[in-house]
Amino acid sequence: MGWLALALSLLSVWPAQAQTPQDPRKSGFAYMGRDTQAMQQDDLANPAMLTVLEGEALWTTPTGKAGKSCASCHGEARESMKGVAARYPSLDEASGKPIDLSGRIAQCRETRMEAAPLVREGRDMLALSAFVGLQSRGMPVAPPQDERLRPFREEGARLYTARMGQLNFTCAQCHDANAGQKLGAAPIPQAHPNAYPIYRLEWQSTGSLQRRLRNCMVGTRAEPFSYGSAEFIALELFLMERAKGMTIETPGVRP
Amino acid sequence: MTRALINIPQKAKRGEVIEIKTMLSHPMETGFRPSSDGRLVPRDIIEKFVCTYNGEVVFSADLYPAVSANPFLSFNMVAEQSGTIVFAWTDNHGKTQVQTAAIQVE
Ligand code: HEC
Ligand code: HEC
Repeated sequence: MGWLALALSLLSVWPAQAQTPQDPRKSGFAYMGRDTQAMQQDDLANPAMLTVLEGEALWTTPTGKAGKSCASCHGEARESMKGVAARYPSLDEASGKPIDLSGRIAQCRETRMEAAPLVREGRDMLALSAFVGLQSRGMPVAPPQDERLRPFREEGARLYTARMGQLNFTCAQCHDANAGQKLGAAPIPQAHPNAYPIYRLEWQSTGSLQRRLRNCMVGTRAEPFSYGSAEFIALELFLMERAKGMTIETPGVRP
Repeated sequence: MTRALINIPQKAKRGEVIEIKTMLSHPMETGFRPSSDGRLVPRDIIEKFVCTYNGEVVFSADLYPAVSANPFLSFNMVAEQSGTIVFAWTDNHGKTQVQTAAIQVE
């Protein structure tokens, strides 16, 4: 019954509009069929909410040698994690490099909780990042304007326009030059990262932005970057900057 | 532990037709899909869903491998008296997951 109460209380936060009507940018949501849109907008029909519920349970479960849970230090996620996902990837002061949300969660678990590492695209990591991500739903994408991130973001922009794979495509050829057109039966969206993790109907499961990007790379017959790689974090930094001000939809549904 | 999203009105008038929506976290693995090592992923599907209202079956369904992961079922029933609604999903190994909800009828 706790689940039900949580789910019902979430309904009230959907969604606040951060973009102006003239903004040519469109969320992938706009390209979906009405049934898929309805599925995302109803927390009791959006299968990614099951992932969120798992994350909520993990949030308060002590694990690791330190005997702590996320809640031991961060308390109510609704307060402490509000707006956090909207500004990731951000700079990790210790390493001087950008870190994405999953990387930050892994850091807390491994160093502060002394818990075993989680598989990046595994169920528990997706659950935690979806639960943390939900706390930014309805808020605008707000990438940190830290000068030290600039070279990494530029690297992301370079990758976005670099030819890849046997088919020799760039991300931009599909997502800028041909957005709104169709690739087979699928409309090509503008590649905004504002709804991740998502439940993808094709996957029949919840997955991260990096899983989505790997799909695109495999589509161009490129060797996909690995999960958590510097390349993916650079691409994500660039995509978040490109989507600055757009509304976070996490957890989204995509076809 | 059962992970399910259940949507029922907490209160209803006597005789009112209410809508119930349920979604269970479940892979609905068909048994036909090879995993990355080439071997078939064993079949794991929900075969039966039963909803009882104060002990009486008000809705049931047989599910098959073509049903997608995280099966979503929605149905209507007439609210007659306050009590407990029990949702039970049984898989092909005979294991049953149960979730309950209370309803107040005025
Ligand atoms: C050949 C065209 C093509 C190329 C090249 C391509 N993509 Fe995609 N991408 C797609 C299509 C089509 C979809 C939507 C698929 C669907 O909905 O089934 C998509 C989806 C996405 C999404 C999800 C958007 C959302 O709303 O959830 C992102 C992000 C993305 N691509 C980023 C990239 C990046 C980054 C690259 C380069 C590494 C890339 N894509 C290369 C065709 C392409
Ligand atoms: C022992 C205390 C402790 C535990 C346990 C802990 N964290 Fe943290 N966490 C911190 C501290 C300290 C920071 C850094 C805060 C800062 O830099 O402002 C942090 C930062 C974070 C951030 C980034 C916040 C931001 O504003 O950028 C996230 C996300 C996060 N933790 C998630 C988690 C999750 C999920 C768990 C459980 C798996 C967890 N933490 C467990 C202490 C903890």
